[in-house]
Amino acid sequence: MRRILRKHAIVEDDWTLDDAARTPAGLIVPLARWRAERELLLASAAAIGVLLPNTEDVEAIYPQIADRPLIALQFPTFTDGRALTQAVLLRNRLGFAGELRALGDVVRDLVFWLGRCGFDAIVPRPDQDLEACRGALDELSVAYQPAADAHAAVWARRRMRASA
Amino acid sequence: MYRYDEIDRELLKQRTAQFRDQTRRFLAGELSEEDFRQLRLRNGLYQQRHAPMLRISVPYGLLNSAQLRRMAHVVRKYDKGYGHFTTRQNIQLNWPQLAEVPDLLAELAEVQLHGIQACGNDTRNITCDYLAGVAGDELVDPRPYCELLRQFIALHPEFYWLPRKFKFGFTGATIDRAATRTNDAAVHVLRRDGAVGYRFFVGGGLGRLPLLGQEMNAFVPEADLLLYACAILRTFNRFGRRDNIHKARIKIVLREWGVERFRAAIEEEYAKIGASAEGGQLKLLPEDIGRMRGHFDAPPYRPAGEAAADLRAQAASDPRFAAWLKRNVRPHKSAGYRVVFVSLKAPEQAPGDCTAGQFEALAELCDAYSFGELRSTYDQNLVLADVAERDLYALWGRLDAVKLATPNIGLTTDIIACPGLDFCGLANAGTIGVTHDIYRRFDSLEAQYEVGPIRITMSGCMNGCGHHSVGHIGILGVDKHGEEWYQVTLGGSAGNDAAIGERVGRALSRSEIAGGVERLIRAYLELRSDEEETFIECYRRVGMEPFKARLYEAEGESGKPVPSESEERPPGESGQGARAGMARRGVAAA
Ligand code: HEM
Ligand code: SF4
Repeated sequence: MRRILRKHAIVEDDWTLDDAARTPAGLIVPLARWRAERELLLASAAAIGVLLPNTEDVEAIYPQIADRPLIALQFPTFTDGRALTQAVLLRNRLGFAGELRALGDVVRDLVFWLGRCGFDAIVPRPDQDLEACRGALDELSVAYQPAADAHAAVWARRRMRASA
Repeated sequence: MYRYDEIDRELLKQRTAQFRDQTRRFLAGELSEEDFRQLRLRNGLYQQRHAPMLRISVPYGLLNSAQLRRMAHVVRKYDKGYGHFTTRQNIQLNWPQLAEVPDLLAELAEVQLHGIQACGNDTRNITCDYLAGVAGDELVDPRPYCELLRQFIALHPEFYWLPRKFKFGFTGATIDRAATRTNDAAVHVLRRDGAVGYRFFVGGGLGRLPLLGQEMNAFVPEADLLLYACAILRTFNRFGRRDNIHKARIKIVLREWGVERFRAAIEEEYAKIGASAEGGQLKLLPEDIGRMRGHFDAPPYRPAGEAAADLRAQAASDPRFAAWLKRNVRPHKSAGYRVVFVSLKAPEQAPGDCTAGQFEALAELCDAYSFGELRSTYDQNLVLADVAERDLYALWGRLDAVKLATPNIGLTTDIIACPGLDFCGLANAGTIGVTHDIYRRFDSLEAQYEVGPIRITMSGCMNGCGHHSVGHIGILGVDKHGEEWYQVTLGGSAGNDAAIGERVGRALSRSEIAGGVERLIRAYLELRSDEEETFIECYRRVGMEPFKARLYEAEGESGKPVPSESEERPPGESGQGARAGMARRGVAAA
């Protein structure tokens, strides 16, 4: 089984994209299949996660996937930041609380930005060092702007300091 | 000027360490060339013709004396003793060694300088009116808003991997001195019924398809600066094209969608942000803006009586001072004070270049005469914004001693030019040699004064770093079978009357171009209605035809170009850009 990053831990992956290799935990299916075979997939017992293309309008599609325990987003190259906006909208605007997973050309130097945008499961490119990826989550401990993590806006922090 | 607190300092320190580690991994073979490229660009490092080029951000064009001293030090230690001011008010170094760049950046970080997002597909350095805070026509000082936005976009995780670069330009005055509408987003800070707000333009850009920004919203309330910026950037990140690098700027989305659909998308996103918790986090409170404004308080001006001087008497006794006073000194909103322009367009100098000695001299001069601060301008000059009249004569003498007092601001030889083939790997043609040729033809100040205000701009390729498409006379280097040729455009402007120049016709050869520019200017002198009519006014009145006729009149009967007088160029300024540049700069030909 493949090892991935979940929150700050390196864990065995209990999800698969491959029907044949279905594990007890879950199957991730492309959005189109989810829409076409929803009832069938749900009846097949295992948990079902959905993989969105990075061109998908997450707000429009959300009612159809809001109850999923896992949404996977794609990085065709690590410089293609569309899924970062999808992630921020899913977390902040739509309130998605399940697992948000990054797939594709996920390199160590993208990990920090993923964490800030609300991804809590990261599947690095096979050639990447998992320990290094885990370290990269905390590469910078200071941030100026709010995103989908715990950092407060710097202007709000300065308000508090001024009144302290 | 904005002063870092411990949050800013800590962030920059960690960022510097992050890049040091990335460079180490690359040099150790742990990071591929392509993966590292994306990381180094976001720290200002670009690979160009001879060496890496390091672009150092100068946020909205403000520098202090400590930063200037540090620049003098780093260009000596890590480079060949000079830097280059760009049309985005930044500074570029042309010769750093990759392995040394982390140390260089660490030295810069100590004085609040960095290359964060200076290159790459991200939000770039914000440019701004270089007379912010001192101009008589100012409605609102834009600098506090520039800094608030800078902090929002710096290392913004959602917008760190955009489809293409994204540039903001600000002004808070009625005269646009920052070429704002050539930016992806222009922000005009203004007042309506007593309330501060922003007029936003989106979709400008130079390069292959020069376009001016279109108005998106005539008045965004003061508290919503970051909400509106977020709506624009999010729309761009979602819908900007990623299939073709030449169609990836936001201006292409605007063109493909049309302005109405584009505006509707941004306004819808703005409304959604406003209605959500995110909007609450991004809304600025009056105290946030007040705190930021405190960083840009006016300096402690002396009372007008103490600052004023009898400039007329000084000018009468020294004609060189008089010329400088007339051309390089402008009014200031405080009585007894003046704004001083420092020309980086001396003869035989590459436009925008600044030597270590000049950086040092500028540090001393701004400490002595302008409250320790200096500004860079989009037309590649510098400004000492707060000089008391009684210091002008002494300041002039000291600027003159380091070749920074050429009295040519806004005139023919105040040419904007990118580095061109001498440095840039993307160039089609040299620019610096051409600026020198034009310069020689108008060397006499009388000739330039006769011509009056004119903006000549030149880029070595269609990326347009030298703003050629918004020059009154724009020159674009093109490659024809391995030779350098130059296309001419007329009628462009970057100010309130912003316009994209029109191409005149076939390109001119390296030997023809300076003569061609001279003929255009002579045509203007003949065509103008009176001495008050400027080049651009005259062009707009008479149209292209008479200028076009003069531009090509040296052409022989056969249609073959006749060599112009400037054929005998001095050695070292031939068309062989790269080698010529190195020779001129005293670099041993390797
Ligand atoms: C020497 C290395 C440089 C390289 C390789 C370079 C590269 C580029 C490229 C590729 C573009 C086009 C971007 C696009 O169309 O999307 C561009 C645009 C631009 N660059 Fe440069 N540049 C360099 C130096 C400079 C310098 C020295 C200046 C200032 C003098 C400058 C200022 C600009 C500006 C103002 C634009 C136009 C921005 C726009 O399209 O809106 N660049 N540059
Ligand atoms: S305009 Fe072209 S030649 Fe000039 S600096 Fe830009 S990319 Fe290089």
